[in-house]
Amino acid sequence: MLQLFWAFGLLAILSAGVCITRRSPVASALWLVVTLFALTALYVMLDAHFIAVIQVIVYAGAIMVLFLFVIMLLNLGSGGPSDLKGPIGKVITAALALLLLVELLVVRSLGPAAEIRLPAGAVADAVRQQGAVRVIADPLFRGYLVPFEITSLLLTAAVVGAVVLAKRKL
Amino acid sequence: MLLTPALMVSAMLFSLGVAGVLLRRNVIVIFMCIELMLNAVNLSFIAFAQQLGAQGQVIVFFVMAVAAAEAAVGLAIILAIYRHRQSVDFQNMNLLKDQH
Repeated sequence: MLQLFWAFGLLAILSAGVCITRRSPVASALWLVVTLFALTALYVMLDAHFIAVIQVIVYAGAIMVLFLFVIMLLNLGSGGPSDLKGPIGKVITAALALLLLVELLVVRSLGPAAEIRLPAGAVADAVRQQGAVRVIADPLFRGYLVPFEITSLLLTAAVVGAVVLAKRKL
Repeated sequence: MLLTPALMVSAMLFSLGVAGVLLRRNVIVIFMCIELMLNAVNLSFIAFAQQLGAQGQVIVFFVMAVAAAEAAVGLAIILAIYRHRQSVDFQNMNLLKDQH
């Protein structure tokens, strides 16, 4: 299990690294899709089956198609001159990213307190007994009902805003 | 447990997303790097949800909804900018910069 997890984790990291260095935006978008699919496998291994399905449908399906659609609409697929920053920019980028990585690894090595942890395999047992959808639907429609309704308002506002912004004349 | 490897993968993906934002000038690619950072955060939420209860997965659900809304509005803004300036290069968007 751990080897499989690291295999998909390294696939995600490598394709993310390729994604941010490709010159063509289309190649970047497709490598990002590889990262998203590798993350889907990680979600399944972390007992989040429903989120894994949503990841494929919403991220790899809807959002990345929107990105590719805009790239093709603006006719940017051929790449053209490289948009990467010069050597000074690359050095600064690498230094800042490494600093952030070290900070994140230090912060996250602490982990959650032992008192609030569930017993090992509790979520996996819940998925086995209640089904993958119910495990997430129960808190979503009880404790988080108001945020859920606000999400629908947010999506409506986003659709209206996108139409207003993208239309030439109303 | 898979918590530690998941958090390491998440930290590396987030750093790569930040590096992409700093490295690129194409606004669409910068936007994709922001999606990469959101995914890294989602991964750590799900890793913690395995130990602290399924509420973490609910938060991931909300993050995805916000990401979808953000992608729709952000790409519409990029379309509008391209229509004005015929470019998606970050260097050309310096209207607020001090021009002396």
